[in-house]
Amino acid sequence: MGEKQEPLFTPTLLRRNRSERFWKILLQFSTFIGIIILVVLLLNIINQSFGYVAIGYKVSPAEIVDPGQNLEKLSVPQLAGIIRQRVSPGLLKQLEKGKTLEHYSQTELVKLVIEKIAKPEIVQTWSFWQSLRMREEIRREVSQLPGTRLVFFSWIRPDILISPQSSNPLTAGIRTALLGSLWIILIAMLVAFPLGVGTAIYLEEYTGDSTLNQAIRTNINNLAGVPSIIYGMLGLAVFVRSLAQLTSGAWLGLSNSESANGRTILSAGLTLALLVLPLIIINAREAIKAVPDTLRQASYGVGATRWQTIWHHVLPNSIPGILTGSILAFSRALGESAPLVVIGASTYITVDPANVFSRFTALPIQIYQWTSRPQPEFRNLAAGAILVLLALLLSINAAAILLRNRYKRY
Amino acid sequence: MNNVTVGKIEVRNVNIYYGKFRAVKNVSISIPDKKITALIGPSGCGKSTLLRSLNRMNDLIPGSHMEGSITFHEIDIYEKSVDPVEVRRHIGMVFQKANPFPRSIYENVAWGARINGFQYRLGHPSMDEWVEICLRKAALWDEVKDKLRSSGLSLSGGQQQRLCIARAIATRPEVILMDEPASALDPIATLRIEELMRELAEEFAIVVVTHNMQQAARVSDFTAFLTMEEDRSGILVEYGKTPQIFTNPVDSRTEGYITGRFG
Repeated sequence: MGEKQEPLFTPTLLRRNRSERFWKILLQFSTFIGIIILVVLLLNIINQSFGYVAIGYKVSPAEIVDPGQNLEKLSVPQLAGIIRQRVSPGLLKQLEKGKTLEHYSQTELVKLVIEKIAKPEIVQTWSFWQSLRMREEIRREVSQLPGTRLVFFSWIRPDILISPQSSNPLTAGIRTALLGSLWIILIAMLVAFPLGVGTAIYLEEYTGDSTLNQAIRTNINNLAGVPSIIYGMLGLAVFVRSLAQLTSGAWLGLSNSESANGRTILSAGLTLALLVLPLIIINAREAIKAVPDTLRQASYGVGATRWQTIWHHVLPNSIPGILTGSILAFSRALGESAPLVVIGASTYITVDPANVFSRFTALPIQIYQWTSRPQPEFRNLAAGAILVLLALLLSINAAAILLRNRYKRY
Repeated sequence: MNNVTVGKIEVRNVNIYYGKFRAVKNVSISIPDKKITALIGPSGCGKSTLLRSLNRMNDLIPGSHMEGSITFHEIDIYEKSVDPVEVRRHIGMVFQKANPFPRSIYENVAWGARINGFQYRLGHPSMDEWVEICLRKAALWDEVKDKLRSSGLSLSGGQQQRLCIARAIATRPEVILMDEPASALDPIATLRIEELMRELAEEFAIVVVTHNMQQAARVSDFTAFLTMEEDRSGILVEYGKTPQIFTNPVDSRTEGYITGRFG
């Protein structure tokens, strides 16, 4: 084209292209920074979740069995004999309460021998990176500690999902926290989803643009920005204190001395329902608003009532958006800890919740509690729990995507 | 108006307002049965508003209200005791932009009938037969009979508009309102819609809003010319048989519009 001088236009293409390049690089840079931060976060968690662990024993397994024998290969009578010999009479009595030792399975007995006699303890842990880089040093160091075994340990393992909370990091798991989280989210969903979607339908399809309605809409938008800890205080005042009769299960005669104060799964679920309600309303309203008006007109045009229009056309066409928005709201609730702390989550629970009136803990609470412990092993455990939480969130988001695609048939 | 006796729909002294703005001013018109009535006029003269008032679709627009009376079978459809849902079943509508439901072709036709209580009785068509009858009447059956289960949105623009017509006749209306039904279509598809309108006029009263004066001249039996006054509210200038309006208009404004001098 050449930079031919024209009277009306000064040649600016070069300058415009320069600024084009500048902005492109700037935007690429910000994306790059974001990716770096995510990768560092993930690497850090993985670094903590795997690595060498030096395990020491109160009694070394080598001492328990006769020389040349392998504990894992011993028969049931042999194992039972070892246990009879080594454990205290009180514990033996407890173990044989239901059945004699001979009636346990071989693997159960091996586990008992290790847990009750060998009593493994973590002496030291190394991160994944250290384990890779300083393998020889670590081996040498551990070989100097008598009765200590070096194993490459994955802190995220099937056991972590099924073992309850424990003071021993080798046996501690997130079972109670996971169950608590799932219970709480289930209650929050059952309460917040119908309420939120119902409100959104009413606001979008039934109300006009009166001042009152505008005020209501603005307030709902503002509620979505309220810090979650405020919802915790609201939950504490309303569900835990004022409605203690209801949330503790006293009205059903289900309360016990531990939960009668209302700090129950039900209170937590209702509090999180309040927290996500504005988000669900906003998301559902946007999804409903996105349904083209021509579709509503078509429906009214063939003599449909308002509800028929909503049920047969507006909802089916907005449900992918509603579901996506709601599921994202619930995955936010799954990661909330502040409101649960305020309404009184327990940090140490070893028994599964029996019903919605049980005391509760949740995954984020458990992770927080583990990271604040002095023993470094619990930080590894927390990293494992974080991976579980991340996997849970990712699968929930994947479910949202699947649902959205499934309903977008036409 | 001398040749029109009692119409299917009688519009008397109707004013339609959006908020404080008067969109239609003092219009009286008589819609004859089994004929095509065209509403023509410049943009913004209120012809679509007038059309939508005939089956109370304007009720859906917040802030709109009307004065005057529109009678259908000697009943004022704006009477308190009349349910607009019932009105729309008897006075169907086809929109400017084809808007089939995002469902199967079959469902597009069947849904309206079903929600209005279509039920199979001995000696009457079943739902499958009824869908076929309506699609045949809309001149679409031969093109879609092998893919009734595929989406209505998979059809071409002209086919979609004919599907919308089939959907409208599935509730057995007596009147069909068409709001520029061919304005988004190519000439061939437009021609098919026009042919279809002539066929449908043997059974239904049709009111059509159109910007295309040739179309009005080609298909309609009666033509109403609307224009707007200084305050932008629409008034009816002239209403009569189509040949008369197009060849020998009484009002100079009508003549100006159809000869292309304004509008």
